[in-house]
Amino acid sequence: MQRYAVEALARTMATLTSKMPSSGPSLLAVVNRLLKRPIQSLQEYSYLVGDTFVKVCSPPLYFRDILEQMDVIGVGSLPIILLTGFFIGGVMVQNTAAQFQRFGSASLTGEVVALALVRELGPVIASLLITGRNGSGIASELGSMVVTEQVDAMRALGTDPVRKLVVPRVLATVIVLPLLTGVADLVGLIGASIVSYFQLAIGPVEFWNESMQSLAVGDIVQGLVKPLVFAIIISTIGCFYGLRTRGGTQGVGRATTSAVVAGSISIIVADFFIGKLLLYYLVS
Amino acid sequence: MPVPVTNEVVPGEPLIRFENVSIGFDDVDVLRDISFEVGAGETTTILGESGSGKTVLLKLAAGLLRPNSGRVVIMGHDLVDMKEVELLDFRRRIGFVFQEGALFDSLSVADNVSFRLHEESVNADEVETRVRQSLRFVEMEHAYDKFPAELSGGMRRRVSIARALIDQPPIVYYDSPTAGLDPVTSQTIITLILRLRDLNGVTSLLATHRLQDAFGLANFVFEPGINRVVPIWEDADGKHFAPTKVLVIRDATIYFQGQTTDLLKSEDPYLRQFLA
Repeated sequence: MQRYAVEALARTMATLTSKMPSSGPSLLAVVNRLLKRPIQSLQEYSYLVGDTFVKVCSPPLYFRDILEQMDVIGVGSLPIILLTGFFIGGVMVQNTAAQFQRFGSASLTGEVVALALVRELGPVIASLLITGRNGSGIASELGSMVVTEQVDAMRALGTDPVRKLVVPRVLATVIVLPLLTGVADLVGLIGASIVSYFQLAIGPVEFWNESMQSLAVGDIVQGLVKPLVFAIIISTIGCFYGLRTRGGTQGVGRATTSAVVAGSISIIVADFFIGKLLLYYLVS
Repeated sequence: MPVPVTNEVVPGEPLIRFENVSIGFDDVDVLRDISFEVGAGETTTILGESGSGKTVLLKLAAGLLRPNSGRVVIMGHDLVDMKEVELLDFRRRIGFVFQEGALFDSLSVADNVSFRLHEESVNADEVETRVRQSLRFVEMEHAYDKFPAELSGGMRRRVSIARALIDQPPIVYYDSPTAGLDPVTSQTIITLILRLRDLNGVTSLLATHRLQDAFGLANFVFEPGINRVVPIWEDADGKHFAPTKVLVIRDATIYFQGQTTDLLKSEDPYLRQFLA
């Protein structure tokens, strides 16, 4: 019985060993599999961004499509930007007020909230909201067009999909996101001012004076440069994942998820580096 | 700015020529060493099972895909050598009817059909005249203001044909134009293709898995005098003929190439299975 078991084990091992590739090619294959696709994706993304940049700078531009996209992205996103911005401002006061009261410096609330909103939270929150709403929308819309062969049909009709689909979305996002960020900053400060009045008894005039005095030109520049870069990231990533969609409706779902995940992560990472870079140049 | 490309037919050249064309995706051969020619005014029906590479072949013929090797020569111009910007301009001479129509969801039927004209900045009056003319040809003028979502599968294909015809291209590709349609609607589509072939002299490739489509194109002609489709054998003086060939694709290669009559006579087990 034991002999049979040993023989069976030996046979299984022999079969498995014969099927196993040698360790050299296997390692190469693994590395190839792990690195090839991401590098290829990065290359394709870089090519799309470069191609888009060239086509933004050369005619023809589809102005009607740019306006339509500005309406979808800008006007369509305004309610969520207003609502979120207002409550973010309020929440910041709620959280910081207690700390400042402990040190008897409640009047600094306006200064801190203004700096945080204009430099950091306004651009990041607005961009993350636009990624969720429009980055996903761009990826799913273009993805659906790819799987239903509408993009191929466009090419077959002699129209460049990058000019017709990508350029208007990128330009519209670049124009609209800094404006939405400005709106988010403003309503955030209004929210903060209202909460400060009721919670800390800081009057609106005092709050706004503190806020405005604390903001330097560098902070405003930082608050406007960030959404410009984030807009390029959101729109190009959305278009990239949309245009490379494969595999029917499931593929559209995957493209949408990937666009939101990659867009959000890229914004946070880019925020760190832009912040670092701008602080270095603006402070020095 | 569109790059000016010579879009005229090179004399003495067939309108469509594939020379040893091969293409594969993810190390899998989809088409291998494909060679055939289609003369002016001819229709070639590409028969094959689902997934045999029929759509890929049509996309290669339109320059939407580039082969791994070989030459795709359309109207005497090698598409493989062209840049994408040149191809975009060249494709204006080719009509493409996609499998499900591929109409733009966000545009009305009129805007779908006039898409190419808008790109060419044709004036509004001429656009409307030509769109109505094209829609009348496919008997869809009543759908002028409708959106693709409001149309049935057959209607979408007909609008797609109208869109492909708007610039009266000398070459039209049909990707499974009758797939998933009822027999009556399928017949309507085939009649439209016959009219285009026999009235306008359009050269075409038609990908299908339905043998009826191949026989419909091979055995019938559109008779302009009586404005209807007639079987070729009814013609007594023998002046009519159906300029149609068949190409069967199997295992990424051309399995059969010839007339439908040769296909019918074949004793090959696979082709017999196809004919059954």
